[in-house]
Amino acid sequence: MNGGQDLGGMHGFGPIAPEADEPRFHAAWEKRVFGLAMAMGYTGVWNLDASRSAREALPPGEYLTSSYYAIWLKALERQVRAHELATLEELSSGTVSTPPAPVARVLKGEAVEPLFARGFPSDRPVDAPARFAAGERVRARILNPAGHTRLPRYVRGHVGTVETVHGGFVFPDTNARLAGEAPQWLYTVRFCGRDLWGAEAEPGHAVSVNAFESYLEPVEPEPVP
Amino acid sequence: MAQNHQDQDHHDHDHHAHEESELSPMDLRVRALESVLVEKGYVDPAALDALIETYETKVGPHNGARVVARAWVDPTFRARLLADATPAMRELGIGGRGGEHMVVVANTPETHNLVVCTLCSCYPWPVLGLPPVWYKSPPYRSRAVIEPRAVLGEFGVTLPASQGIRVWDSTAELRYMVLPMRPAGTAGLDEAALAALVTRDAMIGTGLPRPPGGAG
Repeated sequence: MNGGQDLGGMHGFGPIAPEADEPRFHAAWEKRVFGLAMAMGYTGVWNLDASRSAREALPPGEYLTSSYYAIWLKALERQVRAHELATLEELSSGTVSTPPAPVARVLKGEAVEPLFARGFPSDRPVDAPARFAAGERVRARILNPAGHTRLPRYVRGHVGTVETVHGGFVFPDTNARLAGEAPQWLYTVRFCGRDLWGAEAEPGHAVSVNAFESYLEPVEPEPVP
Repeated sequence: MAQNHQDQDHHDHDHHAHEESELSPMDLRVRALESVLVEKGYVDPAALDALIETYETKVGPHNGARVVARAWVDPTFRARLLADATPAMRELGIGGRGGEHMVVVANTPETHNLVVCTLCSCYPWPVLGLPPVWYKSPPYRSRAVIEPRAVLGEFGVTLPASQGIRVWDSTAELRYMVLPMRPAGTAGLDEAALAALVTRDAMIGTGLPRPPGGAG
């Protein structure tokens, strides 16, 4: 989605403002939103990619003027309503008036430590061999899907070099719309700063992204004159 | 963690005990959401408390600092860390949610590494904890990939022109940690003293380790 979340290379946001001795949370409600998002993510009604997709589906003006946990909250409310886990009236009043919907799992307090210390890996076997090899030149495809994708705009259409072949991983574009994990090979692709940003790029500058196989296409060798 | 649930159970009630007028619209909105999700049985309040306690008090950059210090004193660990960071960190008991697939990138005199997530807020939780606001905010996310040297300047870091900058945009489920170069003058320091020199920003790439002797 060409939304407010895809920020790489934009201008005009001003200086970076590090905060001395920054607290982990800046308000009590932020902690609750964090915990609620983690706990609801565990229910199996949706997945991490779907949550990212819900956050970036906020209109760009709203996304860019909402604080981080406000974005999480708005997306979580949307997901809860879209999956009919609660109604707008219930979320407005805080009072339950409809029966609960079934969920696959509920995260119990005593399970948090072992589950989160183990993590939730997203690597998956892929049957087909990797299409690209380390050292190969590849082009990031020109793609503009209206749904979730993890190929940032600033690399689309540009040629880079495959640096690492990582193995198979859950493909976010399908997983975000609950259409299956459809795992693909994942690569680190390195781009020269001048190729991305032009002659005025800072010298000695390179950027890499992690790109799924379907984001990439081979580069035809230069014709020999 | 489990022993603290009794205490933690009261936390929420304390904050509900304030006058309504003291609660912001966001407090009220989140309280309504939480009430509904808990009452419907989707969320266990004890899980909320455990999640908040874990990420507010337990997981943080002290974990990453231990990894860096070990890599500085133990060349074989460093080699394992750079080859496959996830199992190497598990040797120190470090890993989990948000760090299932770790990659460690080492600074050298030729290359300085900088980590960003332009699309959201991907960050190696088990080694650095939850990210600071600036890491998740538009100025850093927009600028790190197009003008990293200027960004470093705002953090007070000036690199020699001969040192290139490699930016790692965390666009999938790999999570990056920078292994900074060991500062000069630290030959006599033990692992704990070395870890104390390693800042969070040094492991993101927006900073450098503190010099020895407490000057930082």
